[in-house]
Amino acid sequence: MLSNRKNLLYYVGLFSPLIFLILLILVFSLLHPRFLHPLNIFNVMRQISIGGLIALGMTFVIIVRGIDLSVGSLLALCGLVGAVVAKGGLVERFSVGANADLVNPWYWALIGSVGIGLLAGALNGLCITKLKVPAFVVTLGGLSAYRGAALIVSDGGPISGFDDAYRWIGQGKIGEVPVPVIIFLVFIILCHIVLRYTVYGRHIYSVGGNPEAARLAGINTDLIITSTYIITGFFVGLSAFILSARLNSAEAVAGMGYELTVIAAVVVGGTSLFGGTGNILGTIIGAILFGVLQNGLVLLNVSSYIQQIIIGIILILAVAFDRFSKSTRQV
Amino acid sequence: MEPADFIVEMNNISKSFNGVQALKDVSINLKKNEVVGIVGHNGAGKSTLIKILSGAIRKDSGTILINKSPVDLAGPKVARNLGIETIYQDLALAGNLDVTANFFLGNEKSRYFFLRNSLMREEAKRVLQELKIRIESYTVPVEFLSGGQRQAIAIGRAIYNKANVLVMDEPTAALGIEETRRVGELINQLKKQDVGIFLISHDIHDVFDFCDRIAILKNGEIVEICRSTEVTKDDVISMIIKGAR
Repeated sequence: MLSNRKNLLYYVGLFSPLIFLILLILVFSLLHPRFLHPLNIFNVMRQISIGGLIALGMTFVIIVRGIDLSVGSLLALCGLVGAVVAKGGLVERFSVGANADLVNPWYWALIGSVGIGLLAGALNGLCITKLKVPAFVVTLGGLSAYRGAALIVSDGGPISGFDDAYRWIGQGKIGEVPVPVIIFLVFIILCHIVLRYTVYGRHIYSVGGNPEAARLAGINTDLIITSTYIITGFFVGLSAFILSARLNSAEAVAGMGYELTVIAAVVVGGTSLFGGTGNILGTIIGAILFGVLQNGLVLLNVSSYIQQIIIGIILILAVAFDRFSKSTRQV
Repeated sequence: MEPADFIVEMNNISKSFNGVQALKDVSINLKKNEVVGIVGHNGAGKSTLIKILSGAIRKDSGTILINKSPVDLAGPKVARNLGIETIYQDLALAGNLDVTANFFLGNEKSRYFFLRNSLMREEAKRVLQELKIRIESYTVPVEFLSGGQRQAIAIGRAIYNKANVLVMDEPTAALGIEETRRVGELINQLKKQDVGIFLISHDIHDVFDFCDRIAILKNGEIVEICRSTEVTKDDVISMIIKGAR
């Protein structure tokens, strides 16, 4: 049985990111009058949506004891491939304009972007499960290789200028709510349901909790692990498209360092790097936490260099806390 | 002993790994309502023998008959479909999942991909209560449960999957005295339900308490298979060490 003290610690562990988030919001709203302005709130939400979508996929990966360091580089590659598809090649690259004509409509760009994401995810997953190379190494290789591929596709420069329909995905609103936020919400709900209520979700947790037990129970662990990287690839492709639509531009330097913030959001949200535990709602809290932190620090004119230091420290503290609460949970 | 009773017959099983002979011409059998203990030093071949039976590794030569028909145990799933369930020491459960999830691991009840959690919980409860296994909470991750309870869940799952041959690898190694007693009760209960059990153990006391027959292995060969009522603990220990009474 759990003692009361351990029980309390367990629940503090469960809710600490939420408590921290609320404190952060309180502090920022006191320090800066415009922090709680609806415009700023929607701005933060839009900001969160792009990294948040990737964090949804990363949650699946980390639950099965994996890690995907290639998401930032892949984001650049996917966005560029989508842009190339829309432009019908590289020739039109410099037709910058608020209302550039596109050879192919936005949904072909979306398919191109997501398609590359899915392929790269499958490649990551197969290298990990079939070649037995650790996920850390495979995706570290991906971090380098996908960035290189992005530089080749873009030939170093950005591809800019999309049409109204394309940009609407990133810049538009439905009512007062930005389109990326709505897309994010839809996938939050979907991922939560899949992870929590389906057989597939159950198998994900079992592979993360005890891969050997899952295998002996007849679960195809290689397939489950690979699928999580494919899911992440899908979300990278989707958010790459949204990002290029928002910026009206795709470039090879997009998504630099995204892997860090995405992994940090997932881990701070309570998904253990040791596998088997975590959930979508925690990841959302983690993503909002970093979004609010960045936004608040910008509003307060804190240097972006210091922001990076703060993110790094919070990540380490979150993992230390996870370790600590794991050790107190041993009954 | 009527030969007609055997549910498992392993005849002249041999296996070597990279030229090292792990099993030499081992023959062993099992009836229903019977517990056969397999004892021996580390490296005597106990694990190899039961892994062949549970489909985890393949034999080099010999035959295996389940309920009188020859079988090819090509993998864990094949063995399981033949009613052979193996309980591994602490490998079989996912500590992060609750009792119900572990009970139905890899075998979940669903409707259109969605888990039928309450149905599964009721089933798990029913089976575990029939086995007189008391569990306070079915929703707590099993890593919070005691070793004995975890072992009981693994046994319950094997029963639910309609095991008629149960292979238990060191089932009491991680357990306290009271929990060991509970597992012993379960073994006796299972015997009455027409299950045959192979029990691998280091613990001579357990073996004498639970087993009808004892097979002593040394250097990959059977020293002797004897009724536990016809030998003393000293005899068995001496056979384990010296290969003779």
